[in-house]
Amino acid sequence: MAGTGTAHLRPAEREHVLRVEGLTVEFAGPERPSLRLGRGALPRARWRSPSGAGRGRPSSREGAQRVQAVSGISFDVCPGETLGLVGESGCGKSTVAKAVMQLVHPVSGSVELAGVDLTRVRGEQLRRLRSRMQLIFQDPISSLNPRRRVGEIVAEPLEIWRVGTPAERAARVDEVLELVGLDPETTRARRPHEFSGGQCQRVSIARAVAIEPSLLICDEPVSALDVSVQAQILNLLEAMKDRYGLTMIFIAHDLAVVRSVSDRVAVMYLGKLCEVGTPERLYESPAHPYTEALLRSVPVPDPSVRPAREPLPGELPSPLDPPSGCRFRTRCPRARDRCAAEEPQMQEVAAGQFVACHFPLVGAATAEQAA
Amino acid sequence: MPDPGAEPSAEPVVPGRGPGWAFWIAVGWLAVIVGLSLLAPWIPFVKDPSALDPNALRDGPSAAHWLGGDDGGRDLFSRIVWGGRVSLFIGVASVAAGMAVGGFVGVTAGYFRGGYERVVMSAMDVMLAFPALVLALALVTFLSDPGEQGGSLFTVTLAVSILAVPALARITRAATLTFAQREFVTAARAQGATHRRVIVREILPNVVPPMASFSLLAVAVVIVAEGALSYLGLSVQAPQPTWGNLIAQGRPQLDVAPHIALFPCAVMFVTLLALNLAGDTLRARFDVRELRL
Repeated sequence: MAGTGTAHLRPAEREHVLRVEGLTVEFAGPERPSLRLGRGALPRARWRSPSGAGRGRPSSREGAQRVQAVSGISFDVCPGETLGLVGESGCGKSTVAKAVMQLVHPVSGSVELAGVDLTRVRGEQLRRLRSRMQLIFQDPISSLNPRRRVGEIVAEPLEIWRVGTPAERAARVDEVLELVGLDPETTRARRPHEFSGGQCQRVSIARAVAIEPSLLICDEPVSALDVSVQAQILNLLEAMKDRYGLTMIFIAHDLAVVRSVSDRVAVMYLGKLCEVGTPERLYESPAHPYTEALLRSVPVPDPSVRPAREPLPGELPSPLDPPSGCRFRTRCPRARDRCAAEEPQMQEVAAGQFVACHFPLVGAATAEQAA
Repeated sequence: MPDPGAEPSAEPVVPGRGPGWAFWIAVGWLAVIVGLSLLAPWIPFVKDPSALDPNALRDGPSAAHWLGGDDGGRDLFSRIVWGGRVSLFIGVASVAAGMAVGGFVGVTAGYFRGGYERVVMSAMDVMLAFPALVLALALVTFLSDPGEQGGSLFTVTLAVSILAVPALARITRAATLTFAQREFVTAARAQGATHRRVIVREILPNVVPPMASFSLLAVAVVIVAEGALSYLGLSVQAPQPTWGNLIAQGRPQLDVAPHIALFPCAVMFVTLLALNLAGDTLRARFDVRELRL
């Protein structure tokens, strides 16, 4: 599992909004236990400077460990499609989002937005292209500047690109605020802290759709919200998608949420893809042991149902030193010697279902394993 | 100050409690001192600070001379007011200049990080490592024209500004760090904002309020520094009064006429206390975590 390969990509001739191939992101790891305050071992995103200096630069210091946050991930998103990206915390989902936006420098790989490889452009051109993608974050409070008024926040992208006249911009702000279910009259002049989390997330969505991006990346947009509010926000995203024909990448750790919004689901584990498929296939008959374990761990809202035995033994291995071969093998009930020696490649096990596993639960290879 | 309600991360405000009476007394005192200093030339009861009155030699407070006279019979009250003009000017001007330079360095270091931050902040650390007063003495001497006694208003302000830069840079950087990693900054980048726009529109509105309240504390520190320089005879020279040189001038007569030194001391003390009280109250509101320095 947790392999590489591009078998799951649609033919390059087909129209893509986004096509990511072999995306690899690494962060400088700790050199050694560090006593320096305020600059911990956590990966620190390097901003791409306007000059492009330092991009993709390998670790400057010898012996420094590298956090392999994302290792050779490929995926594509077709127009109007929603790709769901699931995986447990720390598997690199958010890093994928930032790397697609070029807010973090990929070490290698390509990110093609409508045919232009973003990893090869920089400066002004990148700034222009990047704004065709917009991000929605997990923390609705932190994603809005506490010192600016909602009207200004939503108008900001329009101001940056000088869309229309000031009057047109103001009208557009009112329009999107209304679209996301906020009353422009009462919200425009207020600051984010006067709103609830769900309302702030609506403001974020309004800001993101104000310039009609061709790709909307939602990074756990509902994880921080109450369950009752989650549904409202998901419906709102759905409505926005219909209205603007948005293409989305929807990142979450909640399988049920992903299932309801996605046209295609990709499962990530420790910086690699395990399985890609339509939600129907994936949820009915998972082919990857990790997908299966994830689905098994979804709680059943019935107190009389006893939880299945612990779904997965152990913890996520350190991305500083990932396991050889298949990255999932240390926790996989089906792991064999081959899994340590050889990294599985993406293969189609059923129509529209791709898996990177030597011993998938579905398809021809299953028989081979039984033998 | 922006309206206090605009800060979401501040501690929950206890309902019905403002900043407290101590804060308002402090603000009142500062208003009086600043008002007197600014308007000194036009206020009738503030006399010419160099006018000699032979009848008031080392006199204690009286109706004619509210705080008495000094060893030349000059009106001590007027001299303190005029001295405050110099001390406060140096305090405010140096902090403003230090904030402009240190703030720029701190915000850019905290935002861009990387090698730039390392180089710039190391330079600041080197400056902080010098004993402040020694550095101030050296700077005043170096910046003054040869042969000049002490420093002019300009050289003293410049020297103290340079001293203030590193500390202000460190604090601004710390304040910037807490915001530069927030998602609204990432969102602004994603929208295509240039670095300059992100700094001006997203970072500064968050960093300026806490820095403004901190600068009150910085003014207090600078007034002490100027007082020390002045006492050592390196600041603005007599007969131009400053709080520091008034104290220095009263020192030899402490046994015969203690009020000549004590009144300027008391005014300076209360002013510093007021600055600290007001600055601390405002700083608590904006919560610049000194731990992060």
